[in-house]
Amino acid sequence: MENKHTFSIGGVHPDDSKLSKDCPVEVLPLPETVYVSMAQHLGAPANPVVAPGDRVKAGQVIAEPAGFISAFVHSPVSGTVKSVGPRADLAGNKVNHIEIAVEGDEWAEGIDLSPELVTAIPEDSAFILERIKSCGVVGLGGATFPTHVKLSPPPGKTAEYLIINGAECEPYLTSDYRIMLERSKEILVGAALMKKVLGNPRCVIGIEDNKPEAIAVMTESLLSLQEESKDFAGIEVLSLRKKYPQGGEKQLIDAVTGRQVKSLGLPIDVGAVVQNVATTLAVYEAVQKNKPLVTNVLTVTGDCLPAQRQHNYLFRIGVPLRFIAEQAGGVPEEAAKIISGGPMMGKAIANLDATTVKGSSSLLYLTDAQTRRQPEGPCIRCGRCADACPMGLEPFLLKRLADAGDTRQLEDNAVQDCIECGCCLYSCPARIPLLDVIRIAKGDVMRIIKSRPRK
Amino acid sequence: MEKMIVSPSPHIHAPASTASLMRDVLIALAPATLVSLLFYGWAELLLVCVCVLCCVLTEYLIEKFLMKTPPTVSDCSAAVTGLLLALNLPASCPWWVALLGSVFAIGVVKMTFGGLGQNVFNPAIAARVFLLVSFPSYMTSWSAPASIADAWSFAPVDAVSGATPLGIVSEAMRAGQPLDAVFAEHHFSYGQMLFASMGGSVGEVSALALLAGFVWLLARKVIKPYTTLAIWATVIGVSAVFSLMDPSSYTDPLFNMLTGGVLIGSIFMATDYVTSPMSNTGCVIFGFGIGLQTMLIRYFGAYPEGMSFAILLMNAFVPLINRFCHQPKYGRAK
Repeated sequence: MENKHTFSIGGVHPDDSKLSKDCPVEVLPLPETVYVSMAQHLGAPANPVVAPGDRVKAGQVIAEPAGFISAFVHSPVSGTVKSVGPRADLAGNKVNHIEIAVEGDEWAEGIDLSPELVTAIPEDSAFILERIKSCGVVGLGGATFPTHVKLSPPPGKTAEYLIINGAECEPYLTSDYRIMLERSKEILVGAALMKKVLGNPRCVIGIEDNKPEAIAVMTESLLSLQEESKDFAGIEVLSLRKKYPQGGEKQLIDAVTGRQVKSLGLPIDVGAVVQNVATTLAVYEAVQKNKPLVTNVLTVTGDCLPAQRQHNYLFRIGVPLRFIAEQAGGVPEEAAKIISGGPMMGKAIANLDATTVKGSSSLLYLTDAQTRRQPEGPCIRCGRCADACPMGLEPFLLKRLADAGDTRQLEDNAVQDCIECGCCLYSCPARIPLLDVIRIAKGDVMRIIKSRPRK
Repeated sequence: MEKMIVSPSPHIHAPASTASLMRDVLIALAPATLVSLLFYGWAELLLVCVCVLCCVLTEYLIEKFLMKTPPTVSDCSAAVTGLLLALNLPASCPWWVALLGSVFAIGVVKMTFGGLGQNVFNPAIAARVFLLVSFPSYMTSWSAPASIADAWSFAPVDAVSGATPLGIVSEAMRAGQPLDAVFAEHHFSYGQMLFASMGGSVGEVSALALLAGFVWLLARKVIKPYTTLAIWATVIGVSAVFSLMDPSSYTDPLFNMLTGGVLIGSIFMATDYVTSPMSNTGCVIFGFGIGLQTMLIRYFGAYPEGMSFAILLMNAFVPLINRFCHQPKYGRAK
């Protein structure tokens, strides 16, 4: 029987290309120097609390949140702070970084580095939330929104669903897949912790059906945990029919609950909180092990890499991208573009000397033939962009309105709902750069909306 | 850093391009083209060559010398128009009529509006209607070689000629003759209509070949089925009602589906991206309008065949349909 669970509007089916899915997670060696970005979460960049010359241990706080929507940053290594100042990120923009020369590998007091599984859920929700905040956990699915904020619904709103996002709908990426296979029980404990904080909503772990092994392992681990403790009651694993962008927050909510978030609304408006599996693992480590978010898993992949050069690395957050590329055998000759993230929504890397951040999920090499834009032709009104748009927008129309600069019509046609998933540009046979234009128009319309006096 | 491409996401693209979609349409038209070549021989080969070459050449010359833009003939859209026009002409149609039609289709209907994607009317259908009103005698009579061997013979041969089944039946309907007698007199059989050699425009010769093309277009996801199915449902529905009320005066659904341009029109002409609505609901409305007008013209109009006029008229409504019919938006259900 066909799997019914998927989102209801639009979507595309790019090739899976999960080339690195059978590569177990390896621990990446330490480099000589790490650069820790102050802007690796959504919201205000963190304020550094260390100065050049300070000695730091791994897991020690080196920067504090600069507002409600902000996050702690911890040192990923032990060593000496060399400098604090601006440095180019992967797009070339100057961002405040802390440079640390690595010396040994000494961890701060009170961090449990043992692999032993801790399943007992703390009684006190405030304690769980405080640990998540103090360990600098942010959403690792892409947006890097501070997790403790997302787990604190505004007054009057309650979570009916906690959705754990194991869709990993982007082609090539396999880091979420590997942790679901290798650390399923930790993820499930993380889910139980967040479920506790949210007042025991129904918890659904959504995994796309192109990952049957992950579904099997997660289901098996869940059953064994449920036998042990009743803290795991009310958690379920749900197989989702593969379609991009299943992992988009709004799409996943639709796929799992059948509810749709209103335009410019938040998931909590329909009673949903969505957290990625990697975030869930970080929550486990923060709460049960007191281990701050200083490591994450990253995929090194691409069709131009032979099978033995595909990798999934457990890396310290702050390791320069070039160091990872060199550890994995260097940038392949055929690579014409390097992407941080997936091929649909990831960012092209302009500066390989940039550092990894909490949300880094891959180094993806694409060849010229795979990625070079083809010349744009006239719109043949085939409507494929509208069929592909998971928000039900009409990209052909938005492009026309954007070219005409008609912001009023753009707003009426919901350009502000665009999630920038790239389905329109991906599917356009005339190779019209739809999203490029729509992204700019959306920015303009959002500024207009925000500048209006609040009612 | 090494020389790398830096551009916004997405970084990969689906394989389909305008040219690949148009090539798929040409492939879908291949069975019907082959069947008509088989039955009509040299005459048909000449028509296909004249139409395709003239359409492509007209587009090339206009772009090069009038618009002074890079030629776009490699996207195959002009070739599709040419082949469709050829299949919409009777095999006995003189080559210069085909040439005129081709120049009109591309030069007037397509390029004056700005080229691919900008035209309001389907170029092949508009050209067919242009020829139908300009040269009615060439467009409504047909002649076919008596056999396949005759079709491919170099020596002059006798051809069977006359009106199309639809023309004959239409005439009879207006004259008030009972239809069963007309059917018997002319030895019309549905089997013949389904497989081959019906007379009329060459593209109408084999329903089966056209349906094979439809299956190809659907399987390759070139078109969605809504427009086509809406036309069929309307044609069948309207003719079922009328033929049940008075079977001796009105033709039945099967006859209406298999004759005239219903199949080629609904599969290849009404589904033209440029001149059909964007949304699924829009396509259903569009298809319903075409089906209804086709049947009204066939039953009560002056022409035996209504498909071309119906498509042309509904083309004009497409901007209006697009204005009111949209795909459902996420999170904006009323």
